[in-house]
Amino acid sequence: MQDPVLEVTHLVKEFGSVRPVDGISFDLKRGEILGLLGANGAGKTTAINMVLGIVTPNAGSIRVFGKDLAKERIAILRRMNFCSTYTQLPGNLRVWQNLTVFGKIYRVPNLKKRIDEVLELLEIAHLKDRVSGNLSAGESTRLNLCKALLNKPELLLLDEPTASLDPDIADKVRKVVKRIREEDGTSILYTSHNMRDVEEVCDRVVFMHQGKILFVGTAAEILSHFQEESLESLFIRVARGGEIEAASAS
Amino acid sequence: MTFSTIHALVLRNLYLYSRTPVRLVELVFWPLVDLLVWGYLTVFLQKHTGDSFPYQITFLIGAVILWDILFRAQQGVALYFLEDVWSRNLLNVFSAPVTNADYLASTYVIGFLRAAVTSILLSVLAIVLYSFNLFELNWSLVPFVFNLLLFGWSLGMISTALIVRWGPAAETLAWAVPFFIQPFAAVYYPIDALPSAVRWIAELIPCAHVFDGMRDGLKDGSVSWINLGKATGLNVIYLILAGMLFVRVMKTAREKGLLTKFVSQ
Repeated sequence: MQDPVLEVTHLVKEFGSVRPVDGISFDLKRGEILGLLGANGAGKTTAINMVLGIVTPNAGSIRVFGKDLAKERIAILRRMNFCSTYTQLPGNLRVWQNLTVFGKIYRVPNLKKRIDEVLELLEIAHLKDRVSGNLSAGESTRLNLCKALLNKPELLLLDEPTASLDPDIADKVRKVVKRIREEDGTSILYTSHNMRDVEEVCDRVVFMHQGKILFVGTAAEILSHFQEESLESLFIRVARGGEIEAASAS
Repeated sequence: MTFSTIHALVLRNLYLYSRTPVRLVELVFWPLVDLLVWGYLTVFLQKHTGDSFPYQITFLIGAVILWDILFRAQQGVALYFLEDVWSRNLLNVFSAPVTNADYLASTYVIGFLRAAVTSILLSVLAIVLYSFNLFELNWSLVPFVFNLLLFGWSLGMISTALIVRWGPAAETLAWAVPFFIQPFAAVYYPIDALPSAVRWIAELIPCAHVFDGMRDGLKDGSVSWINLGKATGLNVIYLILAGMLFVRVMKTAREKGLLTKFVSQ
């Protein structure tokens, strides 16, 4: 867990007069799960979109696997993947068809075998021939995760992967996330509003508010720093803007 | 540009058409309506003009078929992007290792396949219903048709670029863009038929030279090299400009976060 897989330095994004990401810096080590935590508008999704190359930063740099994302985007993207609760795979294609398309894009070797493996891992092998649009929200999220795991990514970005899941399926997803980190050494950047996700899954947390980083550390370190009993109460306090500066400075 | 990526993106569209055959109706229905309307108009005029029936009217049926080649090629490119918007798949594609060149090349293939399906169907029906054989133009047809495909691709890239730039509200441009130029495209009448004040616009549109050239070909079987040359030259310019526009707009889209707006709609 030493080499940084992802290095974000003084990253800034402005949309007109709005600055959703305001000079953030953090790194993600090999085999680490790093949580991006913050209320709506904190800048988490914009930060993830910049790491994916979908949004270009105004300032700062992003290095992935030691390479400059701005210069080697395609080579970097081959070694990473992404899953968001806000995206879907085409609903009119069958599950295996969707995975075949993305498997070919990511040049996955032994694709048929790999598709079976990821479907088994997410416990949806029985849905292989189903039309993707007919899946439940939980099944659809797990299909998205299958897509994200197809190429055995070294860096995986998960944007609120458990947002639409019931507690049982959310628990299964958390276990899968931890398992792929253990088995494949995958580095994972994980955003969530679910405090249980963050506490259970993440090694460290980047706590964001209004585009800035308030604190980086383990869940225990954050609670100690802000003198709160739970991440949830801290989240609510930060979201409502109460005594953040004072707490942050203490 | 990577063949396997282009193959995957084309495959996604072929799966789409095989999974939802109703989409083929769009490729067949409107072109068929056009063919029937213009075809029966041609038959009607033929009956009432006797020996003085001008060859240009015969070309109406050919014009319908050829316009549809251009239109389907343009739609192949523009609708390809919108399919990803509608299925909320856009970020999956643009966060994957897909270059602009991969993306555009796959849209060209889909545009070609769409144009091929429509043109073959209409050509066969034109022979059966109206004894109009577009292939009487023989091999001279090929470079003209290829020029229509090229221009369709350029219009498709321009349509997509405008949709990306102006957002989901501009989706209708996918269907509207070809019709912006149709009055000056000399589809059903020669460039000379246009008022002299706007004829220069037609001169700048590649397909106007294609349609003029093909009318000449139908008249005496000759190949209008001048028209073919003008169409090809203009197409090269349009392809370069449309490609530059697409790349520029994609760069702007990343700077302004425009792609993410399609997801949040």
